[in-house]
Amino acid sequence: MKTVSLTIDGKKITARPGEKLLRVALENSIYIPNLCAIRDKPEPSASCRLCFVEIEGGEEPVTACTIDVTEGMVVNTRGEKALALVRAGFELLMASHALDCAHCPANGNCELQKIARHLKASLKTKRLRLLLRELPIDDSNPLFTYDPNKCVLCGRCVWVCRQNIKSGVFGFAHRGFERVMTTFADEPIGADRCLDCSQCVEVCPTGALSFKEGKRPSTEDG
Amino acid sequence: MKVIKQTTAAAAFHEIKERAESHWRELWHDKPVIMVGTATCGRAAGAPDVLQAFRDEVKKRKLDCPVIEVGCMGHCYAEPIVIISKPGYPPICYGYVNPVIAERLVKEFILGDNPCPEFVIGALEANDLLPSFDDFPRAQHEQKIILKNCGHIDPTEIEHYIAGGGYNALAKTLGTKPEDIVEEVKRSGLRGRGGAGFPVGRKWQYCREAPGRTKYIICNADEGDPGAFMDRSILESDPHSVIEGMIIAGYAIGARYGYIYIRAEYPLAVERIQIALKQAKKLNLLGNHILGSSFNFDIILFHGSGAFVCGEATALAASIEGKPGTPRPKPPRMTAAGLFGKPTVVNNVKTLAFIPLIIRNGTEWFTGTGTKNSPGTAVFALAGKIVNTGLVEVPMGTTLRQIIFEVGSGIPKGKKFKAVQIGGPSGGCLPESALDLPVDFDSLQEVGAIMGSGGMVVLDEDDCMVEIARYFLEFTQRESCGKCTFCRLGTKQMLEVLNDFTMGKGAMEDIDSLERLAGEVKAGSLCGLGQTAPNPILTTLRYFRDEYEAHIELGKCPALMCQHLIAYYILPDKCERSCDACVGSCTVEAISPNKKRIKVIDQTQCVKCGTCLAACPPQYNAIVKLSPPSEVPAK
Ligand SMILES: Cc1cc2nc3c(=O)[nH]c(=O)nc-3n(C[C@H](O)[C@H](O)[C@H](O)COP(=O)(O)O)c2cc1C
Ligand code: SF4
Ligand code: SF4
Repeated sequence: MKTVSLTIDGKKITARPGEKLLRVALENSIYIPNLCAIRDKPEPSASCRLCFVEIEGGEEPVTACTIDVTEGMVVNTRGEKALALVRAGFELLMASHALDCAHCPANGNCELQKIARHLKASLKTKRLRLLLRELPIDDSNPLFTYDPNKCVLCGRCVWVCRQNIKSGVFGFAHRGFERVMTTFADEPIGADRCLDCSQCVEVCPTGALSFKEGKRPSTEDG
Repeated sequence: MKVIKQTTAAAAFHEIKERAESHWRELWHDKPVIMVGTATCGRAAGAPDVLQAFRDEVKKRKLDCPVIEVGCMGHCYAEPIVIISKPGYPPICYGYVNPVIAERLVKEFILGDNPCPEFVIGALEANDLLPSFDDFPRAQHEQKIILKNCGHIDPTEIEHYIAGGGYNALAKTLGTKPEDIVEEVKRSGLRGRGGAGFPVGRKWQYCREAPGRTKYIICNADEGDPGAFMDRSILESDPHSVIEGMIIAGYAIGARYGYIYIRAEYPLAVERIQIALKQAKKLNLLGNHILGSSFNFDIILFHGSGAFVCGEATALAASIEGKPGTPRPKPPRMTAAGLFGKPTVVNNVKTLAFIPLIIRNGTEWFTGTGTKNSPGTAVFALAGKIVNTGLVEVPMGTTLRQIIFEVGSGIPKGKKFKAVQIGGPSGGCLPESALDLPVDFDSLQEVGAIMGSGGMVVLDEDDCMVEIARYFLEFTQRESCGKCTFCRLGTKQMLEVLNDFTMGKGAMEDIDSLERLAGEVKAGSLCGLGQTAPNPILTTLRYFRDEYEAHIELGKCPALMCQHLIAYYILPDKCERSCDACVGSCTVEAISPNKKRIKVIDQTQCVKCGTCLAACPPQYNAIVKLSPPSEVPAK
């Protein structure tokens, strides 16, 4: 099979042509911050804007999720310009995130914490103002809770749900700052359409969708 | 073989054209014709009543005088506009017409021989009797190419368009190889009028050469910029020019279907396109075997949802597909995988309206106007503090000064020019020092603005630049689709900061962090909306930073516009004892006379509505705005 070779952060890597740079990096244990990427989803949504990298010969940073790897590509995930953008994007997200790690079910298993560590950035932004929305929490599903105040609008749950149920339980509503991940006609998640497969909770990178006490299907359960 | 095909189309068209021309001659033969502008701008000013008045009058007096509806001539400030063409006279354009004037015009001009000069704006041709448009200073700069028909033909009569040379280009196209049409458009150097100025020929070529049999051409008529209405005007006034452009584009790229994506808020444009499509189909200019050739093409009208972001090409395609109208990352380019995943060309209304003219008149004719890298004309919608609001078409390379002061007749009420906002919410605010800039795609980019849709809002000394930036950002924040982080959250953050500035809150460092955030949103956003949303901020910071500083450091709005930073004050030595016009005008009873019968505003009561300022008689002119409010003398 035909392959291409490229360099990421000095590491020589071979990949299949046409593969997305973000995937290739992650598969080769090179972490690039990301929230909206899903392994099996063919088209990137490119909405979280956190996977900016620098490519030799290119002037501006680009999102790794939208770039096809090509032969001889030289990538720097640690470039100053790219990291400045990633930090800015991350800060924007955190400025509108109901930060409360100590009481959050995702604590220790949260992509936002991981990104903060990677960027050596604080979870609390000082530069921007806190803009929280204080939306109601949806507790109606027997298995899990949805706290929109922790949602980063990555769309992962929306996508996996559509893979399972054609019409999907989830979707986005409203525009601009008011955009929110919600259910059709804002009905409670617990209503009949949900199959309780809870895959949405598995893919949620934050504590927005989280299992209720004792409902996490853990390995110990069998 | 090729030659036979060519003659079929040409011959078929020849017949249509002959008929149209003879009907057109008949219309004008030996009788007066009254043309009433009934595009949206005319209607808003009362054109339907004027139209009815003319029709009633003509009927009552049993005159042989057709009364026809035409589109918008661009002189929107003077609507309702009527053109009367009477044998022995040059065609005369009347402005601010009402039913009473209509009656007089019929009585005195159609029946008599008094052209009523008091209502005339200008004659359309040079003559000894009346001033003509050619004598106006604006005529020196205006050059109507795509607006040429607007206001001069009945948009619901395909024969009017044909009689003026319309569909000639299509007949010619059908006898030419598609590649050659693409080549011709490429050579013309035509750039897209939807905002970014992408070379049209190159876009067509990408699409034509993309693999696959199914391709689409989409006409982008979303026009969501506040204050922009040139696309609406063209669709209402000369729909066939756009349709012909689309058919030619379809032929060139190899499309069987085209879509017109039109704002649902444009009912009149929708109606006129529907009529136009029907008429084109009837004459076999659309549909199967167009003009007897082997080319089949149809146009589907799609009503947009009215979201600004749906004007972005990928969001627009998603919207037609029935998906949420949010942009997707590029690549793949639309010309590789667009509507329903097929190679697609998206072109603006104006772009397509240029096509028939270029094919008909040739590349040299087209490149004879405009600048080297931006050939042709630019259409602007003049609005704001300018005497002649309306549509103008000038060659690319005309300076802002010429457009604003000569074509637009400058700033009303003797006020001073301050800035011009070009390109709507994605554009920038340019100061006086930029007035001599020859306007084209590239020059605007260099100074931080963009051509955008062609909205041009003129601002004077009473406009606060911080407030202007805030106003546009409020729009983009509301219209952001919210999909991507920078645009969704960054515009909101910036809006909050600007809201504070207009209230005098904030620190000087906030200006720098605003500028930095603006740069980040520009670089980080997914689509053009977010990438350009910071432009109003960045340009006002670049050219009017002192105004930001005054707001923050002094709590002062130099333009006296920001409500929180001004106070109304009655100058004691100007106030007339015997007058109390302001007292009664105040809605919250904040004004009362003091012992000397001088009126005083209770600042704690005042809601800063400004009614009193308007109520104070001009001979006293005793009420002023002060900023900061602490300027008001204590007692
Ligand atoms: C937020 C946004 C809104 C847009 N709105 C319009 C519009 O209303 N009309 C338009 O022609 N192009 C609009 N565009 C530009 C289109 O994406 C596209 O570039 C254009 O229609 C291409 O046509 P052209 O090559 O003829 O200029 C918009 C772009 C963005 C990012
Ligand atoms: S709930 Fe979780 S998975 Fe769904 S959009 Fe929000 S952050 Fe993403
Ligand atoms: S830049 Fe704004 S409008 Fe464009 S995709 Fe991002 S959120 Fe949506």
